[in-house]
Amino acid sequence: MSLEFDWLFLAEIMLAGLGAGGLYALTGLAFVMIYKATRVVNLAIGEMLMIGAYLCFGLATAMNLPMWLAILVAVIGSGGAGALLERVAIRPMLGESPIAVFMVTVGLASILVGVVELIWTSEPRRLPEFMPATPVMIGEAFVPSKVFYGFLVAAVLIGVALAVFRFWRGGVALRATASDQQAAYSMGIDVPKVFSLSWTVAAMIAAIAGVIVGAVGGISSTMGVFGLSVLVVVIVGGLDSVLGALVAGLLIGVVESLAGGFLGGEYKLLATFLILIVVLLVRPYGLFGTHEIERL
Amino acid sequence: MHPGKASPILEVEGLTLSFGGIKALTDVGFEVAPGSITTVIGPNGAGKTSLFNTISGFYKPSVGRIRFQGADITATRPPERARLGLARSFQNIALFRGMTVLDNIKLGRHAHLRTNVFDALVYFGRARHEEMKLREEIEERIIDFLEIDHIRHMPVSVLSYGLQKRVEMARALAMRPKVLMLDEPVAGMNREETEDMARFILDVREEWGVTVLMVEHDMGMVMDLSDHVVVLNFGQVIADGTPAEVQADPEVIKAYLGSGEVSELRQRLHQALAVEA
Repeated sequence: MSLEFDWLFLAEIMLAGLGAGGLYALTGLAFVMIYKATRVVNLAIGEMLMIGAYLCFGLATAMNLPMWLAILVAVIGSGGAGALLERVAIRPMLGESPIAVFMVTVGLASILVGVVELIWTSEPRRLPEFMPATPVMIGEAFVPSKVFYGFLVAAVLIGVALAVFRFWRGGVALRATASDQQAAYSMGIDVPKVFSLSWTVAAMIAAIAGVIVGAVGGISSTMGVFGLSVLVVVIVGGLDSVLGALVAGLLIGVVESLAGGFLGGEYKLLATFLILIVVLLVRPYGLFGTHEIERL
Repeated sequence: MHPGKASPILEVEGLTLSFGGIKALTDVGFEVAPGSITTVIGPNGAGKTSLFNTISGFYKPSVGRIRFQGADITATRPPERARLGLARSFQNIALFRGMTVLDNIKLGRHAHLRTNVFDALVYFGRARHEEMKLREEIEERIIDFLEIDHIRHMPVSVLSYGLQKRVEMARALAMRPKVLMLDEPVAGMNREETEDMARFILDVREEWGVTVLMVEHDMGMVMDLSDHVVVLNFGQVIADGTPAEVQADPEVIKAYLGSGEVSELRQRLHQALAVEA
């Protein structure tokens, strides 16, 4: 290593990593929400994110809606799609083995990719610009504006979600349902409604993440691969832990960025999966997960 | 207390429940008098828990109806039944494991809180404040009554089995039920814990005016506490009456001891041995 270590470069890479990590954390939150409420390991989370981005793209380009309205409608539409998916694909699987439900979400992911390719083809697209273009300087470090604002949106949304879990009664209902569905149902908590609501809100959060990811890197029918890193995030953090998703999201974002910046892009996923293997060996239930959780 | 004297608080009528081709319950009917302790007994697999789950609304009967305070609730969903005043405990304790005792009990009030955002806004303010205070008082009374004050801040998962059962009962009471359904309240308990629980069940009826419907295997306790016993076997009611009536019923003896009297069984055994010899 050279004598004059480039601290500024390190800082910029760390900040970029935090930016990506914020999006991992946000999508991880959507995943955890579904897992907590319904005990479904949703492999289609990356594709749900993609659907949100494409809905926004379609509304903004084909229907010529202003970007803010396109985002709003896309988020609401994704929420509706989430509720529908839960009702037609997940609810009928109630009581089946976790692996069977898991496989349904794998199928769901392929169907969503197929739908996108049918409507928009597999050609990569660009979302219309909607964030201020001027880069943001933190101290001397340069942060691309999209990464900065993306992180800001993710942080605000996560904050709101945490407050809702903590203070709103629906959050209590979610926690109770997560803990014991039967008991919750017998105590006046409308468990099917909690199921439906968790998929709706998770799909909406994923859609927002999708719009930001799409704004940063463009959209394509393979952008669901983002979900793979998110899966690593939630396994590392613990499938049922919101805090875990946040910490692991940022951690993986920074590690990927460091590996990409210092070792080269091809080492990004290697670093991610190395973390996964170590965590699985040491703490199979994740950093913050509940011990009695079933392993995948 | 004789069932049928006052109009029953809970009526089960011609209930048939099947899973695929298997009938778990066949034409089950009985009444629960208000203020009574009614117990459902029967050998393992007789359908007692299926019956409970149908009354809670988890299972939909193919035939028959359930009436609560005179109103037909057969098609009512479980959360709504909870709101009407049906609370229950489970055979395999169903507490919210990550939470403390107090949080578990507080969740009991969930059934009565407004679910709608607009309702909640209107409801805000004085009335809500008073309601909250009343609830807290009730919860304090429950904690006092069930003698669980010392463990209120402990996570439920570290408690002994007997205490967990007690917390489950506290949570059900916090729903301010009219009928408390207990699924095997003393299963797996030692003598002392069983006596405590029996005392609590009696007091729930006396002090809180709550009607109790339970499933239990401990015959001593069933016969001591119950006003009214319903016996199930293979999903059918084979006897229904006071503990004394039920105990003397030959059908009940047969269900518990196999076909035939003990002396008759012994005789058959001797005969079999004689043939071999």
